[in-house]
Amino acid sequence: MSEMKYTQDHEWARLEDNNEAVCGITDYAQEQLGEIVFIELPEEGDEVEQGNECAVIESVKAAGELKAPVSGVVLEVNEALNDEPELVNSSALGDGWFMRVRIEDPSELDSLMDEEAYEEYLATLD
Amino acid sequence: MSTLNSTAQKTPLYDFHLAQGGKIVDFAGYLLPVNYPLGIRKEHAHTRGHAGLFDVSHMGQVRISGAAAGEALEALIPVNLVGLRPGRMRYGFFTLDNGGVLDDLMITRREDDFLLVINASRKQEDLQHLEQRLPATVHLEPLADRALLALQGPQSVQILAALAPGAAQFGFMDAGPLEIAGVACWVSRSGYTGEDGFEISMPADQAETIARALLDSGLAHPVGLGARDTLRLEAGLCLYGHELNTETSPVEAGLAWAMQKIRRPGGDRAGGYPGQERIEHELAHGPSRCRVGLQPQGRAPVREPSELLDASGVVVGAVSSGGFAPSLEQPVSMGYVASALATPGTRIDALVRGKKVPVNVVELPFVAHRYAR
Repeated sequence: MSEMKYTQDHEWARLEDNNEAVCGITDYAQEQLGEIVFIELPEEGDEVEQGNECAVIESVKAAGELKAPVSGVVLEVNEALNDEPELVNSSALGDGWFMRVRIEDPSELDSLMDEEAYEEYLATLD
Repeated sequence: MSTLNSTAQKTPLYDFHLAQGGKIVDFAGYLLPVNYPLGIRKEHAHTRGHAGLFDVSHMGQVRISGAAAGEALEALIPVNLVGLRPGRMRYGFFTLDNGGVLDDLMITRREDDFLLVINASRKQEDLQHLEQRLPATVHLEPLADRALLALQGPQSVQILAALAPGAAQFGFMDAGPLEIAGVACWVSRSGYTGEDGFEISMPADQAETIARALLDSGLAHPVGLGARDTLRLEAGLCLYGHELNTETSPVEAGLAWAMQKIRRPGGDRAGGYPGQERIEHELAHGPSRCRVGLQPQGRAPVREPSELLDASGVVVGAVSSGGFAPSLEQPVSMGYVASALATPGTRIDALVRGKKVPVNVVELPFVAHRYAR
């Protein structure tokens, strides 16, 4: 069973079996950033820490970042984003995924919002 | 998303922007669209391929009139304005005593006055400067009740001429009255994109009528500030606050071309403007730093204020503007480097997020200008 969790900085983590999580940015985030032209992904084997910047996102008008929603080791990155960074705009929750991480501490996810909480959070933003 | 500044001003086209689906941001205290639903890339491409319509009403329009107004303006701007014929427009800049630039602007000579178009972000400074320095015989009138639209792109003349046939007779930098959709407008064949196009001044309450008339054919799209910036960056044009500021001289900025011979040493009306000493020195000996085009290697944009380093890691300059060029599908930047390194082909590094990114010094513009001449 896979469960979607969200951060206040508009990242998502989809927890899958065997303590792995696929991560990316939400539709709200890609909308705010605008048309994405470049992404610098972490490398496989990199350690990422929850809340710390682990990927660079450049849109036409500004630079942004992905902060790791969970801590762990990067197992796989979405190489397609090197040639088609705009996938993040068109499919932020699908083909625009950034990385797959092996989670060290699954309880970290407890501090993240579930779908409903994230929707409520979005409603409070301007 | 942050709350918009509640004191930010609307232009006469604010409701129109909302109706067109514009995404509103605060720019220099004005509420303007950064883009519409089409998005920056497509709005940019549509301007270069067809035509884009920009609301630039945030810019200041100022009327200068009275005896010897041309001479009075020449005392503030190192450009030939006395010799500027009625119906002609010219690019210039207010200089400061230290040789720096207060603002860049467009100046049009009309039958009985001069029309200045100044940057929104410098309006207060420019007006104060003019109030302080213009002689009593010269009258300064900010035209607060006028809007300004820019129609830019290869189909601009076709679109405007269909509404106002006289537009086809305008050469580049010609200016004059035209009736558009029944409204008396002041029009110049000029712009900030490198493309052919027109800038159109009209009473504020007629702006929407004219905007709709220009969009009616379906050939032009509304375009926001995001694409305005990518277009001018590709065209190698300066943006005040980036390539120009109060410390930077027009010579450093590569704008000496705008100073006609008559205002340079040896010319009949040489000097007589603030900062003459430094500017004339730089004209004679070259400036110590120069504005250049920068081509980053790789796909990552190199944005201001990234430092520029030479091969030994010494800081030799900085990026003044940088981003993504939609027409070229690659990042481009502009910046200042020590003059010794300003030759196209020179390889230097930009410091981006603590890492060195190789950039090549290149000629400007990145995309060739296609003015009507």
